Amino acid sequence: MSQQISVRIDGQLCTATEGQTIFQVAQANGRYIPSLCHMEGLSSAGSCRLCLVEVQGIGRLLPACTTPVRSGMSVTTNSEDIAHNRLMALELLFSERNHICAVCVSNGHCELQDLAQTLGLNHVRFPYNYPRLPVDVSHPRFVLDHNRCILCTRCVRVCDEIEGAHVWDVAGRGINSRLVSDLDRPWGESQSCTSCGKCVQVCPTGALVEKGRAVEEMTKRNAVVTQLAAKRETHL
Amino acid sequence: MRTIVIDPVTRIEGHAKITIHLDADGYVADTAFHVTQLRGFEKFTEGRPFYEMPAITARICGICPISHLLASVKACDAIMSVRIPPTATKLRELLHCGQIVQSHALSFFHLSAPDLLLGFDSDPARRNVIGVIEDHPELAKEGIALRKFGQQVIEGLAKERIHPSWTVPGGVNAPLDRAVRDRILAGLPEAKAIAMRTMGFFKGVVDQFKEEIASFGTAPTMYAGMVDEGGNLQLYNGKVRFVDAAGNIVVDQMEAADYARYIGEAAVPYSYLKAPYFKPLGFPEGIYRVGPLARLNVATRCGTPAADVEFEEYHQRYGRVVESSFHFHYARLIEIIYALERMETLLNDPSILDRHVRAEAGVNALEGVGIAEAPRGILIHHYKVNEEGAITWANLIIATGHNNLAISRSIDQVARHFIDGKKMKEGMINRVSAVVRAYDPCLSCSTHAANQFPLEIRLLDADGSLLESVRN
Ligand code: SF4
Ligand code: FES
Repeated sequence: MSQQISVRIDGQLCTATEGQTIFQVAQANGRYIPSLCHMEGLSSAGSCRLCLVEVQGIGRLLPACTTPVRSGMSVTTNSEDIAHNRLMALELLFSERNHICAVCVSNGHCELQDLAQTLGLNHVRFPYNYPRLPVDVSHPRFVLDHNRCILCTRCVRVCDEIEGAHVWDVAGRGINSRLVSDLDRPWGESQSCTSCGKCVQVCPTGALVEKGRAVEEMTKRNAVVTQLAAKRETHL
Repeated sequence: MRTIVIDPVTRIEGHAKITIHLDADGYVADTAFHVTQLRGFEKFTEGRPFYEMPAITARICGICPISHLLASVKACDAIMSVRIPPTATKLRELLHCGQIVQSHALSFFHLSAPDLLLGFDSDPARRNVIGVIEDHPELAKEGIALRKFGQQVIEGLAKERIHPSWTVPGGVNAPLDRAVRDRILAGLPEAKAIAMRTMGFFKGVVDQFKEEIASFGTAPTMYAGMVDEGGNLQLYNGKVRFVDAAGNIVVDQMEAADYARYIGEAAVPYSYLKAPYFKPLGFPEGIYRVGPLARLNVATRCGTPAADVEFEEYHQRYGRVVESSFHFHYARLIEIIYALERMETLLNDPSILDRHVRAEAGVNALEGVGIAEAPRGILIHHYKVNEEGAITWANLIIATGHNNLAISRSIDQVARHFIDGKKMKEGMINRVSAVVRAYDPCLSCSTHAANQFPLEIRLLDADGSLLESVRN
């Protein structure tokens, strides 16, 4: 039986179970922490840096989705410094690839766009990178548009952890990182893909979408994946 | 040789510039209308799924987004090889009628009315829509109301005024609400009454502009526009007909996919906008015009009662083929009436509320062409895709492109008329810009700027040094 511990979140004393992340405890206690790569039901990757929080006694910000709580820990979920860093992380995501909301099939149903609104992002201070990236339309039912991928790896995790097919991986380093299917062959030629579409449903942006959706028409149902994961937990 | 350059000093996308070359004696030798247009279009969209094209094209040429949407979805329909549900066809036409009404109303009341009402040579500071509102408040109010009606039709259908995502390959993405239909129907009588009153007003003043009519691009050209099998005017659903300068039908019911057999595209050195010409006649003899004037020269009739009465009178006044580009204004008013009447017919058809409005399909053809009549004339979208549906090649011919040669020719004519020896006559800038505006070219500068059409005429001598510079 895991041990009950107590932590402070924004001054409020909260009871937590050992092994929980700051993100989980904060959420259970009604504190909002923005997140993008994190998804309930999947393991945490800590790649987007939007959930940064302050932990007393530690000189740098930590991602709430990957940092486990410790007894006596005191966490601040919002401050000027935190807001500044989160905004910067978001701006960098926007500047890295080509997120042109106006012509995107996910316009109006995009977690990246929603977050920009929530965090009050109204301009990007960094020069845009405008990379020339391909669109993989080789799959009969789905499309991967690298221009809109933020490398959150939700698709990688859902395919590996829930579907068990492990089609997706990230290849390359740094700014050259790219999502690849089946060790870098066109998605349509993938032999491991079961065409279940889970990756499409969890992708926060318009990077993975259903074929044939016109602008603004792509809505995602990622709650399905969370439910699946929860059901599996109870079954086990 | 002297060169007069008329150069709008502001605006980026779609930037127009007029150069008038004078010969040694100070007479007009040649005129060129330069347009800087977005190029590299195919590079921009290469590799993208074809069904994203409607939204993309509607955004890059932002002045008549709905026309681009319609030409684009028609090209996509062709790639999918589907016949879209009949109600979807009607709904698309309805949307288009809303666009025609709002665009023509804007063009007439905001851009042309100042010249027509206040006079071409009136004080430039007042020769704008504000001046019209001050001097003719009733007319201005009606113009605004009519434009708003067109916008409300678009909003009612597409839920978004500027770049509706409602029009999709295969049809439209939601059926028409009964309440929206009833609301549009309720507004129609007033809109029609305004259109008729404006028509009456226009016919009352048009005879004051004999000089302009005579000099506004009256050179004979061919004309191209869309009609149905019976020769009735069509804005969304017809096929292209070409007539010669005398009004004889040269090509009728051209299939969209055959456009390249009849339309050639010449690259001209002074403009990024290619100059389309009627192929069988060659370049530049195959000069033709598109848009309201051309459509009414091409059509045998409008096919709706009130518009046909006006159509008859118009042709009685000016002949079977109306040449002067000045009459773009007149033709636009007739088309507003036509569009309102079409809306009425479409909305009173019970099948307009049918729920089946979208056909689904993948790639069934590797090429597709879509043609629609934009407010300013024929608009062609032509795409090629690979088997997976990624765009490999794209070509757009926009209305201003078709008119490119004719616009240059019209300016040339005005310039000859208004350049006297080595000097520009008073009012020349105004008339040159008015001629360009009559075509209503889709350049942001000419459309937004009303009578502040930002022009600069620079008089250059043979080696390019500035002799004189005039701004309006
Ligand atoms: S494709 Fe979507 S889910 Fe996968 S890494 Fe990119 S943004 Fe995340
Ligand atoms: S949500 Fe924690 S790093 Fe992305």
